Amino acid sequence: MIEKIIIPISGNEIAPRFDLATEVLILFKEKGEEKPEEKIIVLSHASADEICHMILTEGIETLICCGIEDQFYQYLNWKKIKIIENVAGPFRKAAEKFFKNELKSGDILLKRKIEGVEINEENLYE
Amino acid sequence: MNPFIRPPIAHGLFNKGTNLKRLLDTLDQPVIILDKDLNIIFFNSKTRTISDISSEKALGMPCRYFLKARHCTHDCPLKNPDLKTNKTIIETDILSSSRQIIPVKISFSEVYDSFENKQGYILTIKEPDKEKNKSKIQGEDLNFSSIIGKSPQMEKIYRLLPVLAQSDASILITGETGTGKDLLAEEVHRASERSEGPFIKVNCGALPETLLESELFGHTKGAFTGAVENKPGRFKLAHNGTLFLTEIGDLPLTLQVKLLTFLDDKIVYPLGSTKGFQANVRMIAATHRDLEQMVRDGKFRQDLLFRLNVARLHLPPLREREDDIFLLLNHFLKKFNEALNKKISGFTPEAKSILLKYTYPGNVREVRNIMEYGANVCQDSKITPQDLPAYIQHRAKPLIETFSRNNETLKLFETQDLKQNETISRNETNFSSFSEIEKKLITDALFNAGGNKSKASEILGWGRTTLWRKIKKYEIG
Repeated sequence: MIEKIIIPISGNEIAPRFDLATEVLILFKEKGEEKPEEKIIVLSHASADEICHMILTEGIETLICCGIEDQFYQYLNWKKIKIIENVAGPFRKAAEKFFKNELKSGDILLKRKIEGVEINEENLYE
Repeated sequence: MNPFIRPPIAHGLFNKGTNLKRLLDTLDQPVIILDKDLNIIFFNSKTRTISDISSEKALGMPCRYFLKARHCTHDCPLKNPDLKTNKTIIETDILSSSRQIIPVKISFSEVYDSFENKQGYILTIKEPDKEKNKSKIQGEDLNFSSIIGKSPQMEKIYRLLPVLAQSDASILITGETGTGKDLLAEEVHRASERSEGPFIKVNCGALPETLLESELFGHTKGAFTGAVENKPGRFKLAHNGTLFLTEIGDLPLTLQVKLLTFLDDKIVYPLGSTKGFQANVRMIAATHRDLEQMVRDGKFRQDLLFRLNVARLHLPPLREREDDIFLLLNHFLKKFNEALNKKISGFTPEAKSILLKYTYPGNVREVRNIMEYGANVCQDSKITPQDLPAYIQHRAKPLIETFSRNNETLKLFETQDLKQNETISRNETNFSSFSEIEKKLITDALFNAGGNKSKASEILGWGRTTLWRKIKKYEIG
């Protein structure tokens, strides 16, 4: 069984907005395989409709994205696509976590910093 | 010391440190503070309307993932190395936490420490002005919000105004005194993209030359005796907004050169400073003077006129928009009625006739003043001739300004058309009333026109109907 996911991207990161992404990453992973195969598709222009069409024609089951407009969210939900939204950070890290079954909506996968100092749970409330 | 979750304190405002969070939470719009790398440092409680990410989660997060604005993806203004020189207010849209796209205006400013080192940025977010859109729609129809009039001349202006407002071109507004040049400039600003920015008005005729220079361009500390501190000029104050120079015809020649330089390179050099400030300012100028004639007389620089005259709006005098007089009279009557808490319902036919015949050399301002007087004086439900200022009751058009009974020369100044002063020689020296003068004027005009009523009405500056009515009244011919 092949697992297929799509991530709208911007550079090495997940695109902040689904409707404004001009590149998408499609990942295929067969059960038992360690590494997924990947394909990056560059769109001629940003179009949420086009990505939705691609999701359906490519038989994708899961969308990992950051911000997504409600009409597309509802549409894809209706089409039984699993959506993990509001994920911020590098797309590879997101994919890695997804295949480990650890990714959930709202995950922030990048190092948060203020004036160059990294923030973590320990120093946040000091 | 850890910079993170702790109440941000501003020092130097009061004797003790001020809780910045509580201060910014009182504001009615979202405010976000970023560090130099565009990571979130702080946001106020109003920001919750656009994002439900908790402050614990958002701290240190790149603002593009927090705001999800259209400009974050391709054209982030904060990534421009020289933010100061660029437009710092953008119209964009953001994706809210309820997955809705909201059109917003975001203004950006750099934040500096006490040593003038850049520390980060402050962003304020505002939903676009709904009132502005409303006035745009009205503007296409009959009035441009606060401008009253439905005459063809005004309709022409209404059609042109939204187009000009959306452009960034300099505008020159001309028109007689009291026609509403200031109001028009304000309307242009309100309907423009710069409406969120400042609208700064400077009267070029109100200040002496030396003061005006410092007022317009600013000065540095010690630039001249008495310059005890740095002062930003009006150009700097109008940054990201509109600068309205009224009475531009009164601008001294030396300052015209400086203004010309600004219009070319958009850099303002305060007095005594070698460091320029790149001001993003839209210029609107107004004058009641004939600038072309001033250029011919060597009193106004031709090149400055060309630069200001990118778009010209001419406000017609009230005597050329007769359709609007009654509209304006009613408008001001209603306004003063409300202000003075009176119950005046309108005008008596006699008062209306006087008001409609009058030529209003002071234009809309004069209509306003007459109505203010009338509304104050009137004790009945309608304005009567007695409620009008005495001078207008005796000055139906044409307005006779000087009349000498003893001289053989009667000087007549027609306010209908101030192009010429007519001098009529007469033998008769005794006129008992205004009616007699008018009657004599009509017969003279008819005589000069060889009995042609159209020509006679042209000579008198009246309409043919007015002349016909007066001929009947005085039983001439």
